[in-house]
Amino acid sequence: MSPILFWTFVAIMLFFAGMVVLNRNPVASALSLVVSFLALAALYVSLDAYFIGVIQILVYAGAVMVLFLFIIMLLDLKAEIRRRMNFPAVCGGFVVILLFLKVLSDVCNGVFGGNAKLPPISQGPQGDAWQVGMLIFERYNLALQVVGTLILVASIGVVILSKRELK
Amino acid sequence: MVTLNDYLMASGLLFAIGFAGVLLRRNVIIIFMALELMLNAANLSLIGFSRFNVQNGLPDYNAQVLVFFVITVAAAEVTVGLAIIVALYRARQTTHVEDINTLKF
Repeated sequence: MSPILFWTFVAIMLFFAGMVVLNRNPVASALSLVVSFLALAALYVSLDAYFIGVIQILVYAGAVMVLFLFIIMLLDLKAEIRRRMNFPAVCGGFVVILLFLKVLSDVCNGVFGGNAKLPPISQGPQGDAWQVGMLIFERYNLALQVVGTLILVASIGVVILSKRELK
Repeated sequence: MVTLNDYLMASGLLFAIGFAGVLLRRNVIIIFMALELMLNAANLSLIGFSRFNVQNGLPDYNAQVLVFFVITVAAAEVTVGLAIIVALYRARQTTHVEDINTLKF
């Protein structure tokens, strides 16, 4: 992927991620999150991870975001009223973020081979979905079944949570 | 040319934005979305490391499998979390974290 496309998608992703945080209206936040995830999927494709990119769009931009929008509209949330900011907390938050960015830049400058060019890959007749599938169903088969059980437990938990009133 | 550092910077900035969202916002659902942003930032760095760690002409697919599992678990987490938010809203008629500050009610 050309650097221009890369930086375009990074800009879209970060801008709409910022809009998620800055928007007062929850529906606008959710829609910004969809656009941010779509740009992220484009970045995955730029890294030759086509399968993960498709999964990102299907699961995140599709299912998860529909769930978010559904809950927002079910609860009929209004735009958040402007509340008095807790000033020490805001200051503390910004200090933490600045420290985090400092650590991030340090890590990036010290990463071994971090300035390497994108190494060429020779994707054979099997695509990356085939490779990932082989790993999932052979090497990580147990983990796959554990995750399947986890989803089953989660869906049972959701049913129970939504049936009973919290006392 | 795009390097691994560029992807890591993008991932770190996305994580920082999500972190700021968790700290700054007071709506549980927005906080939840910011958490999703942070999860996806971690996924982006994983895919980046996978693509830049080429062996025998193939990227490291173990990282992509890990991302697959993270996405799956995140989807389960979202469903449970949103169910808890709905239950909270039924009990308290609010989604503001400052109004939900008692452990027992």
